[in-house]
Amino acid sequence: MIKRAFKTWFLWELLVGLSLTGRYLFKKKITVEYPEEKTPLSPRFRGLHALRRYESGEERCIACKLCEVVCPALAIVIESEERDDGSRRTTRYDIDFTKCIYCGLCQEACPVDAIVETQEFEYATETREALYYTKDMLLANGDRYEKQIAANLAADARYS
Amino acid sequence: MAEIKNYTLNFGPQHPAAHGVLRLVTELDGEVVEKCDPHIGLLHRGTEKLFEHKTYLQNLPYFDRFDYVSMMANEHAYALAVEKMLGITAPERAQYIRVMFAELTRILNHCMWLGAVALDIGAMTVFLYCFREREDIFDFYEAVSGARMHASYFRPGGVTKDLPEGLLEKIEAFTETFPVYVDEYETLLTENRIWKQRNVDIGVVDREAALAWGFSGPMIRGSGVEWDLRKTQPYDVYDRLDFDIPVGVTGDCYDRYLVRVEEMRQSNKIIKQCIDWLAANPGPVKIDDYKLTNPPRAKMKDDMEALIHHFRYFSEGFDVPAGEVYAAVEHPKGEFGVYLVSDGSNKPYRMKVRASGFAHIEALDYMCRGHMVADVVAILGTQDIVFGEVDR
Repeated sequence: MIKRAFKTWFLWELLVGLSLTGRYLFKKKITVEYPEEKTPLSPRFRGLHALRRYESGEERCIACKLCEVVCPALAIVIESEERDDGSRRTTRYDIDFTKCIYCGLCQEACPVDAIVETQEFEYATETREALYYTKDMLLANGDRYEKQIAANLAADARYS
Repeated sequence: MAEIKNYTLNFGPQHPAAHGVLRLVTELDGEVVEKCDPHIGLLHRGTEKLFEHKTYLQNLPYFDRFDYVSMMANEHAYALAVEKMLGITAPERAQYIRVMFAELTRILNHCMWLGAVALDIGAMTVFLYCFREREDIFDFYEAVSGARMHASYFRPGGVTKDLPEGLLEKIEAFTETFPVYVDEYETLLTENRIWKQRNVDIGVVDREAALAWGFSGPMIRGSGVEWDLRKTQPYDVYDRLDFDIPVGVTGDCYDRYLVRVEEMRQSNKIIKQCIDWLAANPGPVKIDDYKLTNPPRAKMKDDMEALIHHFRYFSEGFDVPAGEVYAAVEHPKGEFGVYLVSDGSNKPYRMKVRASGFAHIEALDYMCRGHMVADVVAILGTQDIVFGEVDR
């Protein structure tokens, strides 16, 4: 009874709560200062897409269109033609990132590891048009991140 | 004397306490709510119709987007429904992984709930602390699936990939510290007089009313009904795990808060048991029927038949025998069920999703009547509404 009155009148539970937040005030902060600092990403991270090339410089994609057909959001559009040397290659490979839901099914489906999702996630744009990626832009992504992509695929290879 | 009419107040859909896009039309007598009419449908995306045009594999990512704060729990219901239809069971290791992530998802959801509700009611700090723990769980999500939120990790017949090395240790470290964090939430809230004033005896639902309104999950357990699908109709490996289900007494917002906090502790307990099992038992995480899953990548590149299976799986998908099936899981918010009708093709003929939030929001009028305007926010919060699943 007296204990209860004491706790009520002296705002006991509020003081206990304040002491908890007070302790945190002096603890080491866990905040990650985002643009300067970043949290580590796993090799499986699914970000911006890229089209890869072989070491010879030949593009990997063979226009099998499996990614186009598996894409749940219908974000990929592919057109293909036979090249002069007789091999089938894409003439158009567009990904509409306003539609893409980043489910990762395209990279899972790709039999030649051509379309992959990189760890890049900072590609916000000011217009929607800038999110319609064409084949050249995707290949450029692939060239830019090839080292990272190869390392991540190798790190995760034994699980897939 | 002048005639005083009831005042009609529009709440939402842009109000931060409306938990998404709820629009409430409340009729007030002074500050007392006379009638409360939820208008839903502002987040309707027609997902159920969309399912009819997508293969069983392509439908999976859309389940993350129902209740977008407990992603893997939604996938779990879908995976179970398709497995039931196909008459297959996932390998044991896959079942343990799924249960472990379903329980991590429960913590994820309850942390979001606690933080959001506390913020609605005026406690800012809890929100920040809850999001700290959510960040850890997002890291586990990302490590295992590659996405922080929309994982698309569970598959009919198992899970996409095995756990990466070192993840179990990280999750174990999390389970060691998490009960301390729950204690912190409780220190800040459970005895707090403001929290109690805002929650005790608010939105009381007695046992009969809870049953009559079709409540499930923490909502019905808060009213003292011992109902939990993990116990009453165990799926995956829940029958082998040791945990308790907390129930409330009075059925008010405060009891539901206590139930959810205790559920976090119980989930933590389940996760620990799963970690112990998973650390000791390596094995396959997918069924080995390549008509229903994709073959391993290395095999696909060497073996012609595996390549054919790979192409079939990702293009045409697999046929599911004709029939109807209902599979439900104990979702963090209540019973989340998938009713699937198949005509024997590779796409569902019809898929109905039973979202617990829909049943709960129906009772909003019943729960709010006679309460103050400010209590509407507390009641809305306690129902743990997420509009992704209500509107579908």
